[in-house]
Amino acid sequence: MKLDYLDQLESEAIHIMREVAGQFERPALLFSGGKDSITLVHLALKAFRPGKFPFPLLHVDTGHNFQEALDFRDNLAERIGEKLIVRYVEDTIREKKLKEPTGRNATRNGLQTFTLLDAIEEFEFDACIGGARRDEEKARAKERVFSVRDEFGSWDPKRQRPELWNLYNGRIHKGENVRVFPISNWTELDVWNYIRREKIELPSIYFAHERELLVRDGKLMATAGGVIKPEPDDQLVTRRVRFRTVGDISCTAASESEADTLDAVINEIQATRISERGETRMDDQLSEAAMEDRKKGGYF
Amino acid sequence: MDLLRFITAGSVDDGKSTLIGRLLYDSKSILADQLEAIERASKSRDDGEIDLALLTDGLRSEREQGITIDVAYRYFQTPKRKFIIVDAPGHIQYTRNMVTGASNCQLAIVLVDARHGVVEQTRRHSLIASLLGIPHIVVAINKMDLVDYSQDVFSDICIQYAELAKKLNVHQVTYIPMSALNGDNVVDKSSAMPWYEGATLLEHLETVTIDDDANGETEDHHPARFPVQYVIRPQTAELHDYRGYAGKITSGVFRKGDAITVLPSGETSTIDAIEIAETHFDEAATPMSVVLHLATDVDISRGDLIVRSDSQPIISQTVEAMLCWMDTKEFKVGNKYLLQVGTFRTRCSVREIAYQLNVNTYEEIEDVDSLKLNDLAKVILRTAQPISFDPYQKNRATGGAILIDETSNVTVGALMLVGEA
Repeated sequence: MKLDYLDQLESEAIHIMREVAGQFERPALLFSGGKDSITLVHLALKAFRPGKFPFPLLHVDTGHNFQEALDFRDNLAERIGEKLIVRYVEDTIREKKLKEPTGRNATRNGLQTFTLLDAIEEFEFDACIGGARRDEEKARAKERVFSVRDEFGSWDPKRQRPELWNLYNGRIHKGENVRVFPISNWTELDVWNYIRREKIELPSIYFAHERELLVRDGKLMATAGGVIKPEPDDQLVTRRVRFRTVGDISCTAASESEADTLDAVINEIQATRISERGETRMDDQLSEAAMEDRKKGGYF
Repeated sequence: MDLLRFITAGSVDDGKSTLIGRLLYDSKSILADQLEAIERASKSRDDGEIDLALLTDGLRSEREQGITIDVAYRYFQTPKRKFIIVDAPGHIQYTRNMVTGASNCQLAIVLVDARHGVVEQTRRHSLIASLLGIPHIVVAINKMDLVDYSQDVFSDICIQYAELAKKLNVHQVTYIPMSALNGDNVVDKSSAMPWYEGATLLEHLETVTIDDDANGETEDHHPARFPVQYVIRPQTAELHDYRGYAGKITSGVFRKGDAITVLPSGETSTIDAIEIAETHFDEAATPMSVVLHLATDVDISRGDLIVRSDSQPIISQTVEAMLCWMDTKEFKVGNKYLLQVGTFRTRCSVREIAYQLNVNTYEEIEDVDSLKLNDLAKVILRTAQPISFDPYQKNRATGGAILIDETSNVTVGALMLVGEA
């Protein structure tokens, strides 16, 4: 009896989620309504049904999210009958008088960290399950499945715990927390293949649709809700696009595409010569170590 | 499609990162933007060549120092197989990271610099690969371009390594001469070494038998084991009596109707149902994560081990184990730690260091009473409660254990359990 690799990845992810349930008092599952965290929710159903999830879903809303993803998020939480907690970057900015980045390509993405750390403190979360994958980015490729963060949420790549076999050590001191990544070993294509195999529903923006966009530095950015203000040299266009990742509007670019079914999306991803984050994430391209530096600061 | 996890090991300058870069590059697994990024970074260097090693060193301090510090994981696939590359550091001070990376691998590539032959690091890495029970070793004899692609040099190194493999009891060794820098015999066959008739590295990786699935039919080597992770009890009106034991089958096969024993209590029952989220199965095998239901009410919680009654593990409070010590604080006779095997944790104390292993000569050094970071030794531990396990060399899943420092909470040791002491 030999399991297909998708079954192997699924089984590993379920095992990791159950380790969280077994080892922590107050975990949470970070859920944004994007494909990776939707996959996590699906895996949690497999890990814990017919029981309830041993954790709530937590979304840190930058206020610049796609409405389609937010609606999907709320509907899914309601359909499965699990608790959804939402915390708003907007509130953190107001309460802490944070300075919002301004100017061209300004994004609130970095401010998410403050809201996340506040939520961890508010609910005393000791573990946060996230949908990060090691294939996304070279600093992510270095991260353990159980990633211990200090009381400031900071990741220290030089002090990572050895992680052997399938034994996970989630012991921490009070105030510390662990970020847990059950789909560490999945690639973008694995996630899509799994979504197809399991018939998992996704927000509509993952599939080709007509949208008004502005062209900036060769990237197609959504204008949704006026989050991005057009500048004089930005060109406004209407194109048929889909989103390969669904993050903050201000730093997520769309791809021109005719792919309006799962099969078509998978075909496109198999044929592409550009990586997921390379194509769509403006925030990773700011410097050679952008992701590493954000993680050291507490980013998930 | 199946999955092969392999680790690359070698000294600092053996060209490990270049080899991985070459493997990804020649198998067309690097996307255009990633390539542009390393081209940009390479330009700031002197020679202007694309430095494939830049693909793998992900941390700021790694790029600064030009060495690999921590394990990184890379993914690629060919039409034949999916691969997870565990890219482990070669430097002595990061041996623990190599152990971390090696623990889940089915194959190890040991890089040897053709100019230097078998060196200390070759011995150290081969020892770790053998201790961790990695079934396949590939000796990648690299930098053949720097020895004029000489067949004699290659043959000499094969003879040197074969001797070492004999000492380590490693049987499945494959030798491949290559130049990672130029791409000889990595993905494409080398025209510079017509005398080599074997497979290229990628051909070998695509075709090697993955034979440690741990769920074959030989019950002796693959006994049915299920560490309980979590108990599912919805306690709703319609599921009032529902009680499912959630876990992953770490070795062997369980079938409906099997007689089982729960350890450490020794209580027995039979399997009533096997499910994943309300889908039922008549049988399930490694590495499936499932929920088991038993015919009778038995007191079971996280940490217990469910086994088929006809294949009992060793149950003991005094165990002998090979240890890789991974902390900067010394490991000493008399010290206490937490020991975790499967999902079970108990305190233990160090009774004896039977011997320390010289990682270069494989000599056993006796009369040692403490160990330092990266030392390997055979130790005897006394546990507070009995632990259930199998000898590691027979069963990696239930024979591997970790030691945790109770004050720092850090994982400080990797144990390969040998047997009852």
